[in-house]
Amino acid sequence: MFKYLKQLTSLVAMIAVLFTFTTESMAAKKSKTLKNTQKKGFVRCGVSQGLPGFSNADAAGNWTGVDVDVCRAVAAAVLGDANKVKFTPLSAKERFTALTSGEIDILSRNTTWTLSRDADIGLTFVGVNFYDGQGFMVRKSSGITSTSQFKNGISACTNIGTTTELNMRDFFNSRGISYEPVAFEKADEVVAAYDAGRCDTYTTDKSGLAAQRTKMKNPDEHIVLPETISKEPLGPVVRQGDSVWEDIVRWSLNTMIEAEEYGITSANADSMKTSDNPQIKRLVGAEGEMGAAFGLDNEWNLRIIKQVGNYGESYKRNIADTGILPDRGPNELWTKGGILYVPPSR
Amino acid sequence: MNFKLKDIGPQLMTVIAVVLVFGFFTYNAQVNMENRGIDFGYGFLSQESSFDVQFSLIEYDGSHSYFRAYLVGLLNTILVSVIGIILATILGVLVGIARLSPNYLINKFAAFYVEFFRNIPLLLQIFFWYFAALRALPLPQDAEAMFGISFLTIKGLFVPAFIWENFNIFFYSIVAAIVAIIVIRIHAKKVQETQGKQIPVLLISVGLIFILPLLSFLIGGVRLSFEVPVLKQLATTSFIYEGGVSLPPELIALALSLSLYTATFIAECVRAGIQGVGKGQKEAAASIGLTQNQVLKLVVMPQALRIIIPPTTNQYLNLTKNSSLAAAIAYPDLVLVFAGTALMQTGKAIEIVSITMFTYLSLSISISLFMNWYNNKIAITEK
Repeated sequence: MFKYLKQLTSLVAMIAVLFTFTTESMAAKKSKTLKNTQKKGFVRCGVSQGLPGFSNADAAGNWTGVDVDVCRAVAAAVLGDANKVKFTPLSAKERFTALTSGEIDILSRNTTWTLSRDADIGLTFVGVNFYDGQGFMVRKSSGITSTSQFKNGISACTNIGTTTELNMRDFFNSRGISYEPVAFEKADEVVAAYDAGRCDTYTTDKSGLAAQRTKMKNPDEHIVLPETISKEPLGPVVRQGDSVWEDIVRWSLNTMIEAEEYGITSANADSMKTSDNPQIKRLVGAEGEMGAAFGLDNEWNLRIIKQVGNYGESYKRNIADTGILPDRGPNELWTKGGILYVPPSR
Repeated sequence: MNFKLKDIGPQLMTVIAVVLVFGFFTYNAQVNMENRGIDFGYGFLSQESSFDVQFSLIEYDGSHSYFRAYLVGLLNTILVSVIGIILATILGVLVGIARLSPNYLINKFAAFYVEFFRNIPLLLQIFFWYFAALRALPLPQDAEAMFGISFLTIKGLFVPAFIWENFNIFFYSIVAAIVAIIVIRIHAKKVQETQGKQIPVLLISVGLIFILPLLSFLIGGVRLSFEVPVLKQLATTSFIYEGGVSLPPELIALALSLSLYTATFIAECVRAGIQGVGKGQKEAAASIGLTQNQVLKLVVMPQALRIIIPPTTNQYLNLTKNSSLAAAIAYPDLVLVFAGTALMQTGKAIEIVSITMFTYLSLSISISLFMNWYNNKIAITEK
């Protein structure tokens, strides 16, 4: 049975590709990005320069992570193959320019959704794939267990060009603590400097802290403080001005989250086609015309679930099983006490 | 008429081509930005920056404007460039002279230094000095005091701050000493030209620059005290020094690596300059009875400087531009603060990059103009 699984999936993928091309509709003609992507045969995706759990390349150059999976989902939807993605690693400084200048078509790089970014600089945020917040990491030996123990003169290592720098100022200012910000361009240098003892604390998004902690010389010597000082909804971003492409990315992400809500996984997706629940049937392309509006075929969402999996699978594979953040916290479904809640596919 | 057209034709075409190319790119950028809803404008410079900077020569925090943040970055760039240029010049001249030394050990050591440091990429050297220093330097609580009052630690160099009383009197005494020295030099030159007598100008100058400020202490009521840095505990294993002046390790590492690197090139300029003065010049000078020092001061150096200055100017420009590598090790220079953080927070890529480019251009041209002026001043004046 497993022996033929690989051939079977590639066959399905090939058929899907053919199908995608033959059903190029008005929407595809309207969306320049979609048309270009299908012409090129791959999705151009901007990711981080290496953040375990979110976007990280292994020695062989294979990218994994929840941010990576968003791009893979889009590739599965529009090209029929989740592997047809070209990843471009970008620094925090380069990311928006790369997107607005057209070097990439999706920016899926743990990027915080804020008003000024959304409104000012020609970008559109399509959703949230990780609810995060900024936190602080300190050495265990320092005896600090809460940010209330921070004193005047504390030095904090961080990255430039992020919301972190602004939150840090708000945090220390509101508490009247004087601090020394030490801001580097690349995350690796931040970690190296903090690890060497240059700074008393390292601050960035908590998921980032958890991920970078695994890179330290001795991870057990460091703890992440319990306080969260900001809201950091991280999500994929697209260029302004191509609403069809924007919708495709948004609903690719929504499909993954909704699939988890209805218990559809990469393993059972095909069998769900005969479900009694019409909502499930719509999510696996067995009912309605859910792809036509995007210029896609009807099974675009089925391919996402089959090739990439639902959000829960992606989270487990990339973040929980790797030991970064086993507890899903706010990134649990709304039905299970979290805040993941997406509009219905119908 | 035809002859004239032939003359200006190619130049006219070049100008038109340049204008067209620039026009095309400007127009293209404008259209693209409009399509993506990006505004163009420099209005953001007066907005509140809302980010802090680690190290600043002027008063600054996030409540100041982006323009102020630009000034902070610019001053930090100038600071590290000036420190780098001074150190590189001193070291470069010493090594350049050492390379001409008849002493085998000094000679070879200088040659080794030059070959080693100029053949390793600068960025690598910056990383090396920064991270090597971070690993090698002690934590604040373990630091040994230097001269009992200064501490070199992983968090920076902490030195005592001067606290002055009646600083203005001390300042005026130095100004008075400098004016007096200039007057004496002019007088000495006149005396030598008219009477052929030599006045020991150097001795008098050194005396003046010490005695006048000393008098200001003794009778002018000037008082100087030190604020010595004191260790303060932040947490069980976190310490910092308070009081005094602190220099961040980023500045030290950057100034060190920039000057060690550039000094190798300056050393070569100096060596070439001295070797470029004909042997006959020295022999002729000696034959008319000049002392060894006079030969160097009056005959060799004036001619050597003419060869040394132009290529050294290039090295000063390189050092200033290379200081932009600061961004790699968190030294808040123009590129890190303005073309880094400010660019990211505003998204005004074209505006900020253009301002930054223009700033570096102005810095380089200023250095270049100054050095040209100096070069003209020491050039041979034909009579």
